[in-house]
Amino acid sequence: MTAPAVHPRAFPGIRTLSRRGALFGGLCLCCLPTLGRAAESFTMEEVGPGIFVRKGLIADATPENADAIANIGFIVGQKGVLVTESGGSLADGQWLRAEIVKRTTKPITHVVLTHVHPDHVFGAGAFVQDKPVFIGHAKLTEALSARGEFYRKRLIDLLGEDRTGPVVYPTLSVADTAEVDLGDRRLTFTAHGPAHTTSDLSMIDSGSGLLFPADLLFVTRIPSLDGSLKGWLKEAERLKAMGPSRAVPGHGPVSVDLAPALADLTGYLTALRDGTRAAIAKDVSIEKAVDIVARDQRDKWALFDTYNGRNVTVAYQELEWE
Amino acid sequence: MTHRIGQTLSSLALGLALATTVLAPAAWAAGASDTDQERAARWQEIAKSIFGDRQIAQTDSLVKIDAPVRALDAALVPITLTMPNDGQIKAVSLIIDDNPAPYAARFEFGPAADPAELKLRVRVNNYTDMHAVVETQDGKLYEAKQFVKASGGCSAPMGMSDEEAMKGMGDMRMKFAETGAGKPVEATLMVRHPNFSGMQMNQVTRDYTPARYIDKLTVSAGDQKVFTLTGDISISSNPVINFAFKPDGKPIQVAASDNQGGHWQHSFTPPSPTN
Repeated sequence: MTAPAVHPRAFPGIRTLSRRGALFGGLCLCCLPTLGRAAESFTMEEVGPGIFVRKGLIADATPENADAIANIGFIVGQKGVLVTESGGSLADGQWLRAEIVKRTTKPITHVVLTHVHPDHVFGAGAFVQDKPVFIGHAKLTEALSARGEFYRKRLIDLLGEDRTGPVVYPTLSVADTAEVDLGDRRLTFTAHGPAHTTSDLSMIDSGSGLLFPADLLFVTRIPSLDGSLKGWLKEAERLKAMGPSRAVPGHGPVSVDLAPALADLTGYLTALRDGTRAAIAKDVSIEKAVDIVARDQRDKWALFDTYNGRNVTVAYQELEWE
Repeated sequence: MTHRIGQTLSSLALGLALATTVLAPAAWAAGASDTDQERAARWQEIAKSIFGDRQIAQTDSLVKIDAPVRALDAALVPITLTMPNDGQIKAVSLIIDDNPAPYAARFEFGPAADPAELKLRVRVNNYTDMHAVVETQDGKLYEAKQFVKASGGCSAPMGMSDEEAMKGMGDMRMKFAETGAGKPVEATLMVRHPNFSGMQMNQVTRDYTPARYIDKLTVSAGDQKVFTLTGDISISSNPVINFAFKPDGKPIQVAASDNQGGHWQHSFTPPSPTN
């Protein structure tokens, strides 16, 4: 996802800790690595041979859900395990690690940090003990330097320090493309230009042909813009050109047909772009634009009311200088 | 960080030629749970540091603040100040009580101004009262208030490197709305400037980027002043200001400077009045 309160511009979901929430969070400390009530229904689904994905909640981070809102998972290869997404908090990452250990004795050799947002990187702390290669976009280190502590403090306010975990930096930076060989399958990584964020990394698995676009692809949940609107539309074309037919989106179902999912995504982004451009051309101010742009997309996306106005705010700043 | 905030505060005080009282840390450490009394007490303290012992009367008519009750983006909160009494308003100040540097902006209007409506975008760091204080031509002060929910707007890192954020610094654009002859012209001024708050982390050095913000911006229509803005770190990056002026056919001049010695000037030609 993205974020307003936690992410400077994104993380609208972080709320002030309610008394009930604080209490529940406190209780939860004793039963790590389970996530609490919301996690009881969590299961790993096998979306391809040796590929397991947990569907994230279509919600914002709360003390009860431990920020388990992204689709996270792992791939079991001949030589070891690659974690495709680490989780939204240390607690979420610990839950994922426990799920891995239940299924295989192979070492966890790689953890992918798909971009800077907290719901995708704070699970990494759970895997530090495995000494894996942490793979990230070449711009991820600087993005985490700028925002990591900011996000961490917000998450601590919500979950407490013990369940939040450290900011983990990539040890393998991808500037263009990179490949990881797990023996029986190869993972090919692509570093994308500014799109959802400025540090988006996608991956294709040679074993299944599945694309892992992370948050370059939102399904069901409204996309959140924190990089470049025009850039995202460009990178969406690039994903399509890569040719895979199925993908594991960053949010939404655990796997989808790529073409229609990308069409829905670009439908929203195009409505956002064209509506914002029209507002700017007509001298509609930013505070009025947030209420009118892309309204026709409202029924198509969950959490529309939480994120659309913020997306318009971000888009307006990018497009008003055209 | 506290050190930096201290610096920022004193530079604000110097920049605005105010009493150099640096507010106690408690003045901005306050959170969402403050009572109305605590907020009122803080406003008393801030008002005194800016306006001294001058009386400030409440007003419903001389100035009104419109801001979203809950900000969508704490680093860009759109504010509209409405001042319908043409000719009466000499200056307006915007104060964001719980920001590290509360005194966000002061506009002093000249003869070419039409201060009926003014828009700007600000950073909001905490749940806060926001005050607009107008000074009338007879030297009296009047205040209006609005509460805004937002957090982290001043420390929010930009989504790019400092170098990228500074690209094109000082570039400006101005858009003019269509208008009838003899009527004030509405204009939108856009300025490329990161307006670094001094509370944002540099992505490479992992140290705080020093505050660098537009501290003075003057808009004139020919020889006549429209307004002079005295600004601070609470103004969002790439400042955009909507204002209105009385056209006399001459170009609009904009002169801006920042607290690190940057200086930029641009001239814009407004559309000729249509009959």
